[in-house]
Amino acid sequence: MELDLTVPLRSFALELSLETGAETLALVGPSGAGKTTLLRTIAGLVRPSRGRIAAGGDTWFDSGAGIDLPPEERSVGLVFQDYALFPHLTVEENVRFGARGAVDDALERLGIDALAGTRPGELSGGERQRVALARALGREPKVLLLDEPLAALDAPMRTGVRSYLRGLLGELGLPTLLVTHDYADAVALAGRVGVLVGGRLVQLGTPTELLTAPATPFVADLVGGNLLVGRAERREDGLTQIELEDGTRVLSTDEASGEVALLVYPWEITLARAAGDDSSRNHVRGTVEELVPLGNRVRVRVGPLTAEVTAASAERLGLRIGEPVVASFKATGARVLGAR
Amino acid sequence: MLLAVAGALALGFLLLPLLALFLRVPPATLVSELGSSVVRDALIVSLETSAIAHAFILGVGTPVAYLLATQRFRGRALLIGAIDLPLVLPPAVAGIALLAAFGSRGLLGATLSAFGVTIAFTQAAVVLAVIFVASPFYLRQAVSAFESVDPDLLAAARTLGARPFRTFRRVALPLAAPGLAVGSSLAFARGLGEFGATIMFAGSLRGSTQTLPLAIYAELDQDFDAAIAIGALLVLVSVAILAAVKLLPSWSSISPFRFAPSRSS
Repeated sequence: MELDLTVPLRSFALELSLETGAETLALVGPSGAGKTTLLRTIAGLVRPSRGRIAAGGDTWFDSGAGIDLPPEERSVGLVFQDYALFPHLTVEENVRFGARGAVDDALERLGIDALAGTRPGELSGGERQRVALARALGREPKVLLLDEPLAALDAPMRTGVRSYLRGLLGELGLPTLLVTHDYADAVALAGRVGVLVGGRLVQLGTPTELLTAPATPFVADLVGGNLLVGRAERREDGLTQIELEDGTRVLSTDEASGEVALLVYPWEITLARAAGDDSSRNHVRGTVEELVPLGNRVRVRVGPLTAEVTAASAERLGLRIGEPVVASFKATGARVLGAR
Repeated sequence: MLLAVAGALALGFLLLPLLALFLRVPPATLVSELGSSVVRDALIVSLETSAIAHAFILGVGTPVAYLLATQRFRGRALLIGAIDLPLVLPPAVAGIALLAAFGSRGLLGATLSAFGVTIAFTQAAVVLAVIFVASPFYLRQAVSAFESVDPDLLAAARTLGARPFRTFRRVALPLAAPGLAVGSSLAFARGLGEFGATIMFAGSLRGSTQTLPLAIYAELDQDFDAAIAIGALLVLVSVAILAAVKLLPSWSSISPFRFAPSRSS
């Protein structure tokens, strides 16, 4: 999907240029940053003042060429924040409304075949979301757009739905653009994350890139800490062991199990040449992969972690890219998101 | 105590005249009077003109209300305000206004007669008078019924491949249906009782423009019992329509969703 557009909003203009492939891209930003407007513009519900929108080889909008396809002619699956299910139709009728292929398959894929005859009013938030996804996917769209996919869910449900959605998006392999105000959701669901502030894309990159080299203080604040995804398991000593995607094992004092997101702040990670005799339970050995100075501080990437140390410490340790280093943090500094 | 007395007085004042219609003449006379030719003619004229006017109100009013509710354009507020005008206009003014527009010496009179068309004092005039006074009842209700449909649902339908007409038919219309039915009933009741504008613009020609309300007036000094019988009949129709309006939302399977669009938060 190729986007290059300007949409005038009330107090500023949404100006964005973006290219995505068959990946999940998340745009994060505060409310009022133009996130929903962007999705509506791609879907053809809002008309940009200039620009070009193309997807899957078709041009949907081109101000230069005078092309502006109506929403029904754009092959797009838009999942609304509140799902916008038709309240007077059953789950099956909702999915059938825009379906091209077999409705049964669409219901089955999302595990809602048992709800076929139910009306949306009787469904839980998570079920509604699945119906909205089934309905959008039933159209066999070339592009999937998700507006705050987890915002309408209760906190206890979010963790489960998040990992379910992550699996589903991976399976689909569709160009997917999702917008959210929650950075944790963005990292959990998307490979690349863009930060949208005041209608402009401030930075676009992998979560690691954003953490290691935030383009602005806002991005640094937004990204906050290392968000690590892994599988949690209780240990007999009462701690939780999380095996990260790259095989690294870390300990947390939070109780959790299953797929979780783990938060470690860069300033809670200490760096040393060799593991010392300290109270930290987590020691990640690796090499310095990136060094980014931020004023009197330096952000240092070691394996899956980004640490923040003072420039003086980095100097004293003689940190250089490619040199071995140990990153340590306490089990109490590894917080499981959504843990109770 | 005082409240109870005041309430009883008010209720009695409202109900006594209606009851009197049924008590003034014996029920057997009421029924036989309804079979008289004057009443039969008026009933046919009323049903015909009401049906045609109502079909027109629904057929034109529904899409107009949908557009007013969903589109934003200059002059929209003015147009919505104008819909209410016939509601507050005295019926006699409506009648003289229609004459001034469509009468033989009216604004369009010469043009119409050039095409051999006469409207005033024909059944077409009855239909026009009914449309003029009754359509605002439907339009107002229909605009607010369509406005209460969550715009995201219409947007969702479009992104699911539905063209504007299918979006209207499959989403907007069923969700607005209970409100439309209420408006339709009110407009029908108002149209059926239309008197002032009709008598000025269409006259009271038996078998042609004399509707039931006009027949009451005509029979007043000819056959008082017949006038009473027509009155009783119209009361029954009014009660039936009122009951339908009150009960309709709870009967309809759609209505529970009318005020609860998909907002789940």
